Amino acid sequence: MDETPNILELEGIVKEFSSVRVLDRVSMSIRQGEIMGLIGENGAGKSTLIKIVTGIYQKTEGTVRLDGKQVNIPDYITAKGLGIGIVPQEFNLINYLTVYENIFLGNERNRGIFLDKSAMRGEARAQLAALKMPLDVDKAVSDLSVAEKQMVEIAKAMVLDARILIFDEPTTTLTAVEVQHLFALMRKLKEQGVTMIFISHKLGEVLSICDRVTVLRDGILVSVDPVADLDTTIMARKMVGRDFSQVFPEKVDSSGKPPILEVENLSCPVLPKDVSFTLRKGEILGFAGLVGAGRTETMEAVMGLRKIEGGTIRLDGKEVRIHHPREAVDHGLAYISEDRQGKGIVMDYDIPKNISLISLKEKYKKRGLIDKAKEAESSEHYIKEFNIVAASKRAALRFFSGGNQQKVYLARWMDTKPRILILDEPTRGIDINAKREIYEFIHRLAEDGISCIIISSEMEEVIGMCDRVYVMREGRIAGCLVKEQVTEENIVFNATGIQKGMKQDG
Amino acid sequence: MGENKFMTYVRKFRLKEHSLGMAFIVLMIIATIVGWPNFLKVRNLTNILRQISYTGIIGLGMTLIIISGGIDLSVGSMTAFVGGISIFFLNRFGPDSTMGIVLTFLFALLLGSACGALNGVMVARFKMAPFIVTLGTMSIFRSLIQYFSNAGTILSVNMDYGKLGSSMFLGLPIPVWCFIIVGLVLHVLLNHTSFGRYLCATGANEQVARYSAIKVSVVKFLPYVITGFTVGITAIMWSSRLNCINPSDCAGYEMDAIAAAVIGGTLMSGGKGSIIGTMMGAIMLGIINNMLVMGGISAFLQQAVKGFVIIVAVLLQYNSGNSK
Repeated sequence: MDETPNILELEGIVKEFSSVRVLDRVSMSIRQGEIMGLIGENGAGKSTLIKIVTGIYQKTEGTVRLDGKQVNIPDYITAKGLGIGIVPQEFNLINYLTVYENIFLGNERNRGIFLDKSAMRGEARAQLAALKMPLDVDKAVSDLSVAEKQMVEIAKAMVLDARILIFDEPTTTLTAVEVQHLFALMRKLKEQGVTMIFISHKLGEVLSICDRVTVLRDGILVSVDPVADLDTTIMARKMVGRDFSQVFPEKVDSSGKPPILEVENLSCPVLPKDVSFTLRKGEILGFAGLVGAGRTETMEAVMGLRKIEGGTIRLDGKEVRIHHPREAVDHGLAYISEDRQGKGIVMDYDIPKNISLISLKEKYKKRGLIDKAKEAESSEHYIKEFNIVAASKRAALRFFSGGNQQKVYLARWMDTKPRILILDEPTRGIDINAKREIYEFIHRLAEDGISCIIISSEMEEVIGMCDRVYVMREGRIAGCLVKEQVTEENIVFNATGIQKGMKQDG
Repeated sequence: MGENKFMTYVRKFRLKEHSLGMAFIVLMIIATIVGWPNFLKVRNLTNILRQISYTGIIGLGMTLIIISGGIDLSVGSMTAFVGGISIFFLNRFGPDSTMGIVLTFLFALLLGSACGALNGVMVARFKMAPFIVTLGTMSIFRSLIQYFSNAGTILSVNMDYGKLGSSMFLGLPIPVWCFIIVGLVLHVLLNHTSFGRYLCATGANEQVARYSAIKVSVVKFLPYVITGFTVGITAIMWSSRLNCINPSDCAGYEMDAIAAAVIGGTLMSGGKGSIIGTMMGAIMLGIINNMLVMGGISAFLQQAVKGFVIIVAVLLQYNSGNSK
């Protein structure tokens, strides 16, 4: 293995954003044909490093060598030309275009001066089949689910025929089965000699697919080790820089508490269908299920974000009708969307403006105008409470890491003083440390009597946090698991309707 | 390092924060040299302000529409329509009283707001594309006023009406006062009220706004009403200046209004903009025009120069947006 030549060498890479150093003299090399894992907390510099390699950012100092020759990568087109492809963390798909048009965007196949559409359709189908995701390639991307979009994004990188392929957190939106399909494909690519860099927060995945793992912390390279020398504990310790034992706080027992939210036979056009559930005061209730099972849609209907066809919603035993999110807020409901950047934060607003967005009229008005001093003061308070790391309070949120964006988003809803907090994939795309902070925060809320609903596709999260879990399948409630019934097997069984063959006897 | 910091400061300083102010100063200097000594005369400066105030006032409302993610092409036709109907109103209800003029002014504001509301309802309630809606109403308003006037000039019979648009108050023409007052009010609205906050959030990302419990349809509706209101002001100022209105008047106002906003740094894609910027943008357009006249450049070329300035402004926006 040591004999394999290096394909990509980075030496002394420094990157500064308006004189804040986010990468500090990072040197590493990647061998021909290996899968290199790249891990680190949010803001550790993983994405920045990758963006330098793919020409999206320009390094402040340092050299990049490809096959031993120094290269200059001023933009992504150059990177593609050098055989470097990326599956980006955020979707770069155009909603109006079809699946195959997106896959070949910027890389179209031609016959003479015309587009060779049939060749592109065929190739797109083949790539998606390799990912076991047989999508209609003529479907518009806007009609796809998040997981399907992710697969399209992966296929888009595949058709580049890149020598070095970078996966920037490709599995965050995928279910376990889909992740296995992706890994099968990565192993096949490896056989073909493709070098890959795999970025993920899911340490188990990193261990199962990578040959070596690079750890970054605070913009500094911590270590490069073969996976044989690692386990998740060691990796976590290297990332955080210290030990931590338990990720999940102790569960809150709320079995005797009165119900606060009762939903009965809730139906909407398409999804959900006939959904009933109850939430108790101070409870942390879980909602599990496959992507597209209707969990998000159910909560959006409760929040007045979707048209309701039938059913009743009762708060403290009294029936309420919610037609607009504003009414939901007035009833003390809060909803943190899974799509942080598309439906959550205003990317160009700074911290105070983002935090005050919902509570503006109630809390920050003085003689009809916004009380900016009070707004700033309140954001100081939340920055401290949530441990938000920001170069400047006045910087736009687009420059923040995922974990910090999520904290600001959470702070905005906490500022409305909710009684019921609904969190949809609250820890998607954020690092262990920020995750734990959010878990602990939810736990504290529940102890203070605030009821929480957690929608999550990460089973450990639901199992670790919740006493009671509703599992949804195809728009309906498939089952409600209580206490010791909350196990991986039971969730999978209810979510898919299929018993897990191997573990059935247990 | 120190120099590096200084350089980034300089780059940021010029492109992002103060590019408009710098451009304004440079333009003033050039105009002063080209138009020496006449440019700096109070009479000339006052004149420039008067000239730009008509489209400038509308540009202030337009700024809010563009921030919301929309556009209004109908403002020119709407000005002629509101102006014409208002003179009919004046001739009918107040041919010889001051009270009639006051009522006409209020009527124009109301009619303008109503016309704006028509655009707003279609955009916000029925979710139609602003470009198409206002392209339609642009035709409708123009056609209606031509029909009502039989394509002839609509004259006011109230002899005092003309005073409104041509008088001075504390050394400045009335329309200029309107421009300043509307500008200050909308500046406060945009930067210091929750509506302004909601407006930018909605323009930046409508989904985020909706999920943040903002009443998006109301936020998208109001800028059209406000713009209609500003059209009402301009309609009165313009028609009273000449004591009449011609049904073909005010064509192309929408372009000047949009240009002022864009030069002032308002993003055409929505989400970001500045009322003070639009005011400066409008004044800069006026200075350029004035300069060209004084420099003896053919009137036919003036539109070309205006077009050039708009393109450069957008180019600067694009680059500064990218250099983040």
